[in-house]
Amino acid sequence: MWRIIHQFGSPPWVYRFCDRVIPWLFPITVLALLAGSVWGLLFAPTDYKQGDSYRIIYIHVPAAVVALAGYYVMALAGLVSLVWRIKLADTAMRAAAPIGAAYTAIALITGAIWGKLTWGAWWVWDARITSMLILFFLYAGVIALFEAYENKTVAARACAILSLVGTVNIPIIYKSVDWWYSLHQPASIKFTESSAIDASMLYPLLGMIITFYALFALLMMLYLKRSLTEDYARSAWLHKRLTA
Amino acid sequence: MHPKRKQRLIVAAVIVALSSATIGLITYALRGNINLFYSPSEVAAGEAPIDRQIRVGGMVVEGSIERASDRLETRFDVTDFVHSVTVTYNGILPDLFAEGEGVVATGKLGANGVVTASEVLAKHDENYMPPEVAEALEKANAQGGMQ
Repeated sequence: MWRIIHQFGSPPWVYRFCDRVIPWLFPITVLALLAGSVWGLLFAPTDYKQGDSYRIIYIHVPAAVVALAGYYVMALAGLVSLVWRIKLADTAMRAAAPIGAAYTAIALITGAIWGKLTWGAWWVWDARITSMLILFFLYAGVIALFEAYENKTVAARACAILSLVGTVNIPIIYKSVDWWYSLHQPASIKFTESSAIDASMLYPLLGMIITFYALFALLMMLYLKRSLTEDYARSAWLHKRLTA
Repeated sequence: MHPKRKQRLIVAAVIVALSSATIGLITYALRGNINLFYSPSEVAAGEAPIDRQIRVGGMVVEGSIERASDRLETRFDVTDFVHSVTVTYNGILPDLFAEGEGVVATGKLGANGVVTASEVLAKHDENYMPPEVAEALEKANAQGGMQ
């Protein structure tokens, strides 16, 4: 058990792991994105109230879900870097920040478009939109904070603390629609009872959510591989790996 | 676990716990301001300020929509099924605006209890289904109602 976990702290092992997984994860993710988009945009039925405009759900919801989950990835990497001082955890934390920021931006932009179509406004300061904007600032804050320090070890420590503090925001975003009156409706996908979204619309949505997770993992691995190549440019193991 | 790592783990846990408590208390204190709108019951109870920009949200009462013939002006009642508030609005309503649907109206509450709205937003529910399913449900409901 511990040996498996320890492997994730070893740069040569992680580099090799990325090298092995990327070649098949890349085409699978691209195909799944295409298939999911076609399924959601062309084959899923229209909604009885919103017509075709609801189809933006197939981008908006997966992006928002993974933006939240990605934050926990970043915070967890921050915790590992803070407590166990593993350099690779710093890299994972730095990798998650721009990817998470991009997902959050996609959720905010598609949300604005959808809001204009159904609610009649691009932007409303409702609890969920506001807390989602804070999430974007947290991601941007981690990126900026890291760049603000000359010493990368100190920078990683500061970023880890910021990302740990920011975890408070995640349950707030998730529960905001239940805790306060907001323009967002309560959750449609339910874990304990039957969902408020018809199965013919739910399956492509679940497919897209899984695909967005896969895309997150893929982007993380590409980022990790790139920064490992930078950080260990003079290491024997990397030379051996690249010339082999 | 190495005592130093254990100490750092405790520090990290304390950071998360304290910041959660701080944010929790702040949001609890500001809970009234985080709500996007007042419910008609809150308006009826006099909790909403008069002559200041507020939002009122609820369902549009069936059969309450009155449209002026020569202007865009619309008058309708918003309810939370306990109390209701009358809203007037002079402008283009969103597509999803309809009787029995949710709305959030931004405007000023007059002393007469009528909200003069400057913006009306549609609030949709969490249900998504194909039109055929909605029709079938309606039919089933109608049958259930007759029995």
